[in-house]
Amino acid sequence: MTSLTIPGPLAAAPGSGWRKAKDRIATTVIYGSFLLALVPLVWLLWTVLSRGLHAITSDGWFTGSQRGITYRDGGGGALHAIVGTVEQVALCTVISVPIALLVAIYLVEYGRGPLARATTFMVDILTGIPSIVAALFIYAVFVTSFSGQRAGWLVSLALVMLMIPVVVRTTEEMLRLVPNELREASYALGVPKWKTIVKIVLPTAMSGIMTGIVLGVARVAGETAPLLVLVGYSPNDNSNLFSGPQGSLPGMIKDQFGNLGSTTILRGGHKVSVHYAADRMWGAALTLILLVMALNLLARLIASRSKVSS
Amino acid sequence: MAKRIDARNLNIYYGKFLAVADVDFTIAPRSVTAFIGPSGCGKSTVLRTINRMHEVIAGATVQGELLLDGEDIYGADVDPVNVRRTIGMVFQRPNPFPTMSIYDNVAAGLKLQSSRMKRSDLDVVVEKSLRAANLWDEVKDRLAKPGAGLSGGQQQRLCIARAIAVEPQVLLMDEPCSALDPISTLAIEDLIQSLKQKYTIVIVTHNMQQAARVSERTAFFNLAGVGKPGQLVEIDETQKIFSNPTEKATEDYISGRFG
Repeated sequence: MTSLTIPGPLAAAPGSGWRKAKDRIATTVIYGSFLLALVPLVWLLWTVLSRGLHAITSDGWFTGSQRGITYRDGGGGALHAIVGTVEQVALCTVISVPIALLVAIYLVEYGRGPLARATTFMVDILTGIPSIVAALFIYAVFVTSFSGQRAGWLVSLALVMLMIPVVVRTTEEMLRLVPNELREASYALGVPKWKTIVKIVLPTAMSGIMTGIVLGVARVAGETAPLLVLVGYSPNDNSNLFSGPQGSLPGMIKDQFGNLGSTTILRGGHKVSVHYAADRMWGAALTLILLVMALNLLARLIASRSKVSS
Repeated sequence: MAKRIDARNLNIYYGKFLAVADVDFTIAPRSVTAFIGPSGCGKSTVLRTINRMHEVIAGATVQGELLLDGEDIYGADVDPVNVRRTIGMVFQRPNPFPTMSIYDNVAAGLKLQSSRMKRSDLDVVVEKSLRAANLWDEVKDRLAKPGAGLSGGQQQRLCIARAIAVEPQVLLMDEPCSALDPISTLAIEDLIQSLKQKYTIVIVTHNMQQAARVSERTAFFNLAGVGKPGQLVEIDETQKIFSNPTEKATEDYISGRFG
């Protein structure tokens, strides 16, 4: 009996060397790109951390203000700036999140026809508005037209215009990810549509929505233009959102940056040149990053709480 | 409890497209009726009109009458939410609510229908429903775990428990076993046999043996042609449909000559 040798289906086919080479090239390129993308991130974090750590670990950073402190003086704290930023961003979040959630729910669950298209278009436009323009708009309305006083709450209003589109966009994406089968399962139980949205759709999308809100907060917490236009920086404690200049972390960074300069002190019998303002600038930058990071962790915690433990 | 369903001259549309034309049938209470037919012939569409789930899709409309014990569920003053409370549904793919525990999945219908129930009463309903769905012994020790952590067959029985927890009078099943293995399928088929003591059951299936096993009556749907609406070819005793159908098309489909 003669036997024909037929190559088995698993034997290396001609050209498979090239296929493997392509696989390796693609793998290398993807990992390389990933590392390349990490470089600026790690670099930035390292720079801010190494330069700012000294300031934020110094005495009184989280308890004192910059009252009466010049670039020639060391010390002083960032409490005034932390309070200002937290207050302004909190007011902005309280206003933005309900509006943005309702807009996103409308667009995903109810929106049909021209009104939905117009809303999407408006959100697109709002996404592209530069923060300085939002600030000038609020200034024109509240200060010029209604002759109001510059104050922290006006900053919040300008930030609202920047935050809403970010939160609408991410919430919309998250709601669209909720499978339609879940909505149908709920309807089939005789649950009305609004209750399906509140009890089924929103909880299912909750962790994503939380991430979206934190992204929105991170986006506005570092905004500087509205601060310059609408409130003015104060190195003193002022926890009143509705009156007077108020400190803020971006404001403090800018203030310290404007007063950079070295001063010579005696340390251990030698004259050394120190940069108090620069230290504080990096310290404020690090504090801002930590603040956003803490918020991120908090949001993750809340989102994981709302899940069933597996 | 169980109710009778009459369809009279049902025409079902997606937008302007007539998907299923001129359907008439009667389904007796406490019986199992199987809908069979080739893909795209409209059997799932007809099923979804019975609890007004069809209109959830944008542009979908229904003409004609669908009577539940003589009351037209498409009447002007009928709230679709109430129809769906009376007529439960189990879907092709198991779809437990991912954010909820096994317990909460079963209790979901009652909790979300806004009836405030005492925890102890709810416990009773959850246990009764899970027992009826043949799932109680498998999950009684982990009611607080997520429903999505169960196997596919268990998830489908969980969905059945969820559907019967609200005590509907009719249970619609849209290919409930198509995503399941033979053992889970058997469990669901046994379950259907015990559920028909209390409920009117309509089941869509692609599996003709399944239709022959579980149903008393079978409806055969077919397409009149490409781009033409689906139609109900005949509905009769399951035994007759599978041994001696009136229509040639039914015989061809049953014997595997097409479809």
